[in-house]
This record gives sequence, structure tokens and C-alpha cells, in this order.
Amino acid sequence: MEVLVFLVPLALTLGAIGLMGFLWSLKNGQYDDLEGAGWRAIADDEPFPENHAPGQGPDAARAP
Amino acid sequence: MQATRDFSHYVRHLESGLSHIDLAVEGVSCAGCMSKIERGLSALPDVTLARVNLTDRRVALEWKQGTLDPARFIDRLAELGYKAYPFEPVRAEADETERASFLLRCLGVAAFAAMNIMMLSIPVWSGNVGDMIPEQRDFFHWLSALIALPAAAYSGQPFFRSALRALRARTTNMDVPISIGIVLALAMSVAETIHHAEHAYFDAALMLLAFLLAGRYLDQSMRRKTRAVAGNLAALKGETATKFVGADEISVVPIAAVQAGDIVLLRPGERSAVDGSVIEGQSKIDQSLITGETLPVKAGPGTAVYAGTLNLSGALRVRVSAASEGTLLAEISRLLDNAVQARSRYVQLADRASRLYAPVVHAAALLTMLGWAATGATWHDAIVTAISVLIITCPCALGLAIPAVQTVVAGAMFRTGVLLNSGDAIERLAEVDRVVFDKTGTLTLPELDVTNAADIPKDMFALAGRLALASHHPVAAAVARASGAKAPLAGVEEIASQGVRGFVDGLEVRLGRPSFCGADQIANEILCRDPEASVVAFRHGETLHVFAVRQRLRADAAGAIATLLKAGIEVEILSGDREPAVRHAAETLGIHEWRAGVTPADKIARIEELKRRGVKVLMVGDGMNDAPALAAAHVSMSPVSATHLSQATADLVFLGDRLAPVVAAIGFSRKALRLMRQNLWLAAGYNLLAVPLAIAGLATPLVAAAAMSASSLLVILNALRAHRGAREFC
Repeated sequence: MEVLVFLVPLALTLGAIGLMGFLWSLKNGQYDDLEGAGWRAIADDEPFPENHAPGQGPDAARAP
Repeated sequence: MQATRDFSHYVRHLESGLSHIDLAVEGVSCAGCMSKIERGLSALPDVTLARVNLTDRRVALEWKQGTLDPARFIDRLAELGYKAYPFEPVRAEADETERASFLLRCLGVAAFAAMNIMMLSIPVWSGNVGDMIPEQRDFFHWLSALIALPAAAYSGQPFFRSALRALRARTTNMDVPISIGIVLALAMSVAETIHHAEHAYFDAALMLLAFLLAGRYLDQSMRRKTRAVAGNLAALKGETATKFVGADEISVVPIAAVQAGDIVLLRPGERSAVDGSVIEGQSKIDQSLITGETLPVKAGPGTAVYAGTLNLSGALRVRVSAASEGTLLAEISRLLDNAVQARSRYVQLADRASRLYAPVVHAAALLTMLGWAATGATWHDAIVTAISVLIITCPCALGLAIPAVQTVVAGAMFRTGVLLNSGDAIERLAEVDRVVFDKTGTLTLPELDVTNAADIPKDMFALAGRLALASHHPVAAAVARASGAKAPLAGVEEIASQGVRGFVDGLEVRLGRPSFCGADQIANEILCRDPEASVVAFRHGETLHVFAVRQRLRADAAGAIATLLKAGIEVEILSGDREPAVRHAAETLGIHEWRAGVTPADKIARIEELKRRGVKVLMVGDGMNDAPALAAAHVSMSPVSATHLSQATADLVFLGDRLAPVVAAIGFSRKALRLMRQNLWLAAGYNLLAVPLAIAGLATPLVAAAAMSASSLLVILNALRAHRGAREFC
């Protein structure tokens, strides 16, 4: 039963990482356009490869 | 006279040296459109971001500050085949979005906590019948508490706040028993853990929160979507005003940038987007959208002009006034305030259910405690049993019963072209037994139409249509629309307040007043037959034709009215228009009850009279004069072409040129109410089974978890039936 000392914290840490990931993606605007996101996954090509620099994503767009 | 378009009002300047604008785009429906638009806009130099939101049908654009004029984006989208217009999120929509994302955060936390606690509970449940030692069980319980307490404190906020609000107002709502159940479950579980007991209910509390939050989030996201579509429709009307920025210099600005005191130019054929009074110019104006009166009235200096007024003949300069200055408006807003206050007393089905439910459940828990104590159990056991009654009856299914149906029905209505403004509108709409229609713009289409198209040879009609494209006059616009003409004639000359003329194959063609074309006699004959119509004459060489133009009933109006009557719903017309016009419409549609020349106050009086007789009225109207009646009625609907005031007042807004959505909405809402009642009974039936178990002290956390999930799923599955087969009426 000593194995619980590792397994329980491990399970909770994994869960917490999942939760963090969810909260991050929510804040990042990933749930703003569920319909569009579904279609983007199967789009043929990346619409704007060179313009899409980091820091100019949808998150930056919402900054006041 | 081409003025500059100035959209700077909508542009936001970001700290990073970029400018940002949001555009509402019409007709984006697929992935193809999405990449076409994004590629088309990204190709413009200096654009750093072009991202389509397919859910909200919008585009977000960013570019290097000062390098581009936002009007270029709109032109570019027009080239790609999409109509677009800058968009400014209204306060209400921003709030809805904020609430939806807060609920989603709460749901995420609650779901995470519920799953992890369940992971810890299952060993406890199986250990209780096996070989688990008490220390291990306590350890698992403490771990559960560690997760459950902060998670519940965070994700329970929507319920706790709403319950507190209700208690402060000395009423109860569904959130009161929910909050009590959750708080007691957690408190008891902590107490039991301290006393090394066998059972703790941390999993039940968090699972309940997760289920309820899922229901609330779906409800909220449906509402948010509706709000976004309504916002787009408003933006795409593209309401602009031609504002004087200098003595004789004009600029086309979005309506949001016009302030009281500004002077705007109202050209012939233009609809005013502002309220104000004329300071210069003579014209005839059509106030049908405001008063329901279809005959034009004269306007000169001093005449009040309201948003929605159509200018027919001469250019007017209008000084913009604050909304409350006009006498008609002031009167209407006073009536409106009264009516809105009167209606807020409606109690939603969910709250009525919880008013019945909460006392019964709380009394049952109290009796359980006293009963066990009286039969010799310890106070500790008696209290634990009583709380387990509260936990198992905690209205999980009841809390989902109504929002689940509302969400499904709102989605189904959305697809038939009906937008919901208020959540409880579905319940009120289902009770309707009389529909009161406004005539102008509601039973009739807001645009004029040619009525004698059949009498005019096709080639002449097409030619007249092409000529009409050169004119801004609304009657000419109706001819152009009816003919389907696309190519305007070249070299057409417009003669002020007479008509237009041009040459085709050496022959002169004219379109305009009958006297301008020498067709007075034919025009008079037509006017004798149909005094309501406006006439426009067409002359091609020596051939003369006269078009009769009038407002036309919506194509399916007769069918829709017949369906309503057949379903036993009474129909009535209340119109501000004159008697012959209203009588004609009523006779065509087979409506026996109608009133003409009705003022806004009369409309309210009539609605109040019906209400006193116990009639539940659905008011359908579009004009500013309908707004108070819309607010006074049991439930109200507006076409999307309605004035701002009416649309904001109405509970539902329907899209398109047909009346069918009105009928469909009633059908959907009746089905929805039936399902809501069924769901409440299902929830009650579940309690009937579960409560005796709890009172007998047999409700272990395992039983609670199974019963709660089962009843919630049952209610959700029943709600999903709402979008099937609601097409059949009633």
C-alpha cells in the first residue's frame, strides 16, 4: 500500500495539469469559435503562414 | 455626391502599434468562405491578422496603425462577394460572452474535481465491503475534502450568488435548495470525516455542480449565439448618416458617431437613422414604420423626423435631437416604461416549481430528523439521515428540467429563423390564445411592391426597371426590384421631383409622375380602383404604362393566419393605418376582428382590456408605435425589419419575409412547455423513489451518485425530443 504515496499525488498532479490546460485554452480564446475550429482542422492549407507571428494571435487581439 | 466613408469610430488602437476592427459578415457559412476571406484579406499589405469566427459570423482584423483605411476591408470583402459592416459589441452581448466563459471555467473546475473525487470514492466504496483499514479511508476522505472544498467554493458561485440575491429579495428560486443541498453535503462530509465515519458525500456535491453547470453553460451559449446573430443583423443594416462636417462638406459616418446637435443630410429615397427636426428643405416623408400610416405626409422646417422615416421627394437637412425630445417619442417611452414595469411580475415555471418543492423537501428532512430522534436514534445519526434526504433530493434533475428544454428549443427556433430575446419567453408564448398583429410592416412587407405587374408587357417592364435603377425614389426602387433589372440604362437624366428620362434606340423613355409622362388618365383609372396605391408612369415613345405600387402582404400571411385560426387561436389586427387599408388586409386574410387608426395609447388600452378578460396575448408588431403594446402584451414578437425600439422590446425576433416563423415559434413553445412539465414530473417521480430510501437511512453515497446521474440523463434525453417533430403544430 506504500505505492499510494506516489500514485495518489501523481494522479492528482495529472488531473491538475489537465485542468490548467483547459483554463489556459479557455483564456487563449480556443473556445470562441467551435464551429470554425472544426473546419480549420480539415482545411487544405494554412491560410496565412508568414503573417501569423507569435503575440499576434487571437489572444493579443482581445487586449484592450 | 460621393462623400467619404469614415469608420474610424469602430477602430481600436492597440498598444502594440496595431489597429483592430471587428466586422460582421453576411453569408459566411462554410470552411470555404472562411479560408477565402482570410486569404483575401491577408493579401492586403500591412494586414497582420485576419481571422474569421464562423460561430459568430465575424472577422477580426489587425493592421499597422495608419497604413490602411478600414473602408478598404469592406470593399475587399464586397469584391469577394460578402457584405460586411463594422461592428461594435453592445454592452449586453459583452456581458453574455463574459458570463458564458465564466460558466465554462466553473464547469471545468467542477468536472475536474468531480472526476478526481470519484477516483478516490470508488476505492472507498469497494474497500468498505472489502479489507480497507479505517486510516486509509480517512486519508481518502481528507484528500477528497482537499479537492472538493476549494472547487465547490469556486464553481458554486453562480448558484450561491443567485440564491443570495433571491433570499435578499425575500423570495426563493431554484438555486436556494441547490445551494443548501451542496453546502450541507460538504459540511456534513467534513464533519463525518473528522469522526472517522464510513460515508462522505464529496463526490455527490461536486457531481451535482458539474451536471447543473453543464446545463447552465449550454443555455448561456445558446443565448450568446442568438445575441451575436442579432448584433450582426443590426450591424449589417449598416445604418449611416450623412453628417455635415463643415458648412457644405459632408461625410458618411456610422450612426453610433452621430450626436445630438449634429446636422445631417437626408436625401430622397433615404431612411432616416436618427431622430431630429427639419431645419431646411421641403419634402414628403413616409412615416409608416413609426405610425403605421402609409400615406406620405408633407415635411418642412420644424417637422419632427424619427428614425425609420423614409424621405420621398426633396433633400432635407435635419438637426439631430436627443431621443427624448420628440413629443411622439416621449409619449411612447412613457407608455413603454409603464408597460415594462407591469410585466416583470411574471413568475417562471422553474421558480414556481421550486416554491412548491423547497418547503416540501425541507419539511421532509426536518420530519426525518425528528422521527429518527423520537425512535431512539442518536442526534448524530438523525441529523446525518436528514441531511442525506436533502442531498438525494437536491434538485439535480429539477435544475436541469427546464434549462435543458429551453436550450434545445431555442436552438430549434434559431434554425427556423426565430431569435429569443428573453429566456422565459418560451413559457409565455406557449400559453398564447390570441395573436394581435400590427398591419404595416408586420402582415405586409416593409418594402413596396408592384401590384399590376401582370398587366404590363414583359419587355416594357424590364425596360422600365432598368430606367428605374437610376432613380433613388422608393416607388421607382420598387419597380426596379419587381422587374429584376440589373443593368442600368446609360445617360439617364433625373429631373427633380418629376422623374427620370433617357434614350433607347433613339426613342425617349420616361419614368415618373403621371403628368411627366402624360399618363394622367390611366393613372386616375388605377387610383379609382385602388385608392391606397402609389402610381408611377412609364413612357416609351408613344406607349404608356402605369405601375401601381403598394405594400404587399407577406407571401404566406393568409396560410399562417389560417393555421393559427385552425389551432383555435384568435387573431386580431390593431393598426395605426386608415380604415380602408386595414379593412382590405383583414378581408384578404379572413380576419374578422380589426381596428384602424389606433394610437399607441389605444393599442395598450386594447391589450389591457384583453388581459382583464384573461386572454393571453401575443403581440406582433414592428413600428415604434407598437413598442408599448409589445411590452404590455403577455409575449411579443417583431420582424427583423422593425425599428430598434420595437426589436429591443420584443421577446422574440423573426427573420425573413414570411410569417411562418411566428406560427412555428408558437408550435415549438407549446411542445417545449409540454416537455418542461414532463421533466418536472420525471424529477418528482425520481424523488418519490429516492426519498423513502433516504428517510429509511439507506441512501449511501453510492446510491446518491447512481440516482442523480440516472435522473439527470433521463431529463436531458427527454429534452432532446424537443427539436424532433415540433414542426407539426400544437
